[in-house]
Amino acid sequence: MSFAPAGFITVRRVALAITFALLLTLPFWVGNSYYINISSQILLYAVFALALNVLVGYGGLVSLGHAGLFAIAGYTAALLLDAGHGHFVADVAAIVVTLAASAVFAVLALRSTGIGFLMITLALGQIVWGIAYRWASLTNGDNGLKITTRPSPFGLSLNGAPAFYYTTLLVFVVALVTMILFVRSPLGASLRGTRDQPRRMNALGYNVWLIRFFAFLFSGFWTAVSGLLFIYYNQFISPPIAALQTSAETLLMVISGGTATLLGPIAGAAILVIMKNVVSSYIERWNLVLGIIFVLIITFMPEGLVPGVTRLWRKGWSTLRGRKPEPEARKTGGHGS
Amino acid sequence: MTALSVTNLCKAFGGLRVTRDVNLRVEAGERRLIIGPNGAGKTTLFNQIAGELTPDSGTIEMFGQDITKLASRKRTHLGMARTYQIITLFGRDTILRNVTLALLGLSPLRWNPVIDLEREQHLVDRAHEALASVGLSHIAERPLAQTSYGERRRVEIAMALAQSPKLLLLDEPYAGLSIDERRDVQQLLMKIPRDVTIVMIEHNMDVALEFAERITLLHFGEVIVEGTRAEVVDNPRTREVYLGE
Repeated sequence: MSFAPAGFITVRRVALAITFALLLTLPFWVGNSYYINISSQILLYAVFALALNVLVGYGGLVSLGHAGLFAIAGYTAALLLDAGHGHFVADVAAIVVTLAASAVFAVLALRSTGIGFLMITLALGQIVWGIAYRWASLTNGDNGLKITTRPSPFGLSLNGAPAFYYTTLLVFVVALVTMILFVRSPLGASLRGTRDQPRRMNALGYNVWLIRFFAFLFSGFWTAVSGLLFIYYNQFISPPIAALQTSAETLLMVISGGTATLLGPIAGAAILVIMKNVVSSYIERWNLVLGIIFVLIITFMPEGLVPGVTRLWRKGWSTLRGRKPEPEARKTGGHGS
Repeated sequence: MTALSVTNLCKAFGGLRVTRDVNLRVEAGERRLIIGPNGAGKTTLFNQIAGELTPDSGTIEMFGQDITKLASRKRTHLGMARTYQIITLFGRDTILRNVTLALLGLSPLRWNPVIDLEREQHLVDRAHEALASVGLSHIAERPLAQTSYGERRRVEIAMALAQSPKLLLLDEPYAGLSIDERRDVQQLLMKIPRDVTIVMIEHNMDVALEFAERITLLHFGEVIVEGTRAEVVDNPRTREVYLGE
């Protein structure tokens, strides 16, 4: 038995297929390198937001320190490339170092949940920012670090906007697929259980702490990957990337799009990147517009943009068919939109 | 064989001693009722037995194994299951999903980050069996939010039974139920096989006395009377402390 109207599922599948086809052909119909690069940015931030959503949406653990992990990946790769190492070594090392940092973050932050978790992650993120800012002999301080080349996997240059876009799209699709698998998996279901009833989960035989720890590592892994995409996209990293604002913006992407959904963080990333990069070209007070958008989302769709639109769609669909909308509940391992 | 042995158990919250040298021996297959007025320390005792609270002193053994310092989740893996006085379920999920989570808790599959849980048919089938045993299989796919209080009580019991426990701790399973629902739950508990030892806290004396073989009366964290139904009911201290005579 499905709790979603059959028509809705069909429409959703068609919409996803069209979206994927559009993404795949984007460089051909966009043409302009600037907008192709904006699309790459949306995708890399979508990976970052999806990573954060693992903790925020599925684990109920709101982190304000993920920018620190994001920056650790970027700085590690930049430092190793600067030291003369190849891209493969730099990338693998960046992921390993970020995973190690995630483990440290997790061990310290998982001593608590709720506001305690948030404050500890915030403090840890600020420590990373402080190191990036103050340890100038390593990080070049405020001036940041530059990298001169992008990797060339299998001899394919990623210097052009379309090539980089397709690489980002590939990474994004892999990230999305792993998220779908994770959310549907027993471990994903367990993580949601620890969010909703940690005491009960413990009594049912689950190791709540370890489940959260693994979730943190999973989140840290994809944060590292998005951090690598960031450094290759910008070919530059500086302390503001590790700052609270980056964490807060990514959290806004997750919350505005819809926590505990797979499409929500992607939609949130699109809104934020477009506002920052495109709308800001036309409207000087783009921050005000962004604020108004968030206020409207919170007012009319407190569950986030994607679940809110889904709810309105269901309501409209049911009204059209003269039926009362059915509430949705997860089955044995289902996941949100 | 002794299923549960509690020896000289003590627990205090600051200056308030909530468990005072409690001794308890529950034989395998026994139906034990723990009664006492509000604030007697029944749930605190349960929480120590289940591992959710650490006792200050004393020991707890389950089937001869010392579990005093064992984490709550590990006790579950040894065969202990419990229900809660205040229903503690996964409100965003379906009934079936709630029971599936109970089954998953004891399965190594719970660490799997790749397979699709919905396709684990053996878990789903076992969840349906557990729900059938409490008469809820026909509404297995119903969201928990759309169920009655009595149905939720039965879901709690189904989750505990799904874990095939050797020792089942029931914390006020009749609380908040209508007379009909109480009778249904009573019949359900009566059907639990004898290889499951049951320790129950209950205020509702009518149904609880019918169920119990031995009764322990707690008062201010202390065991003051223990014995068969007749012994406890006839004891003047029971009437004095619990029945208000």
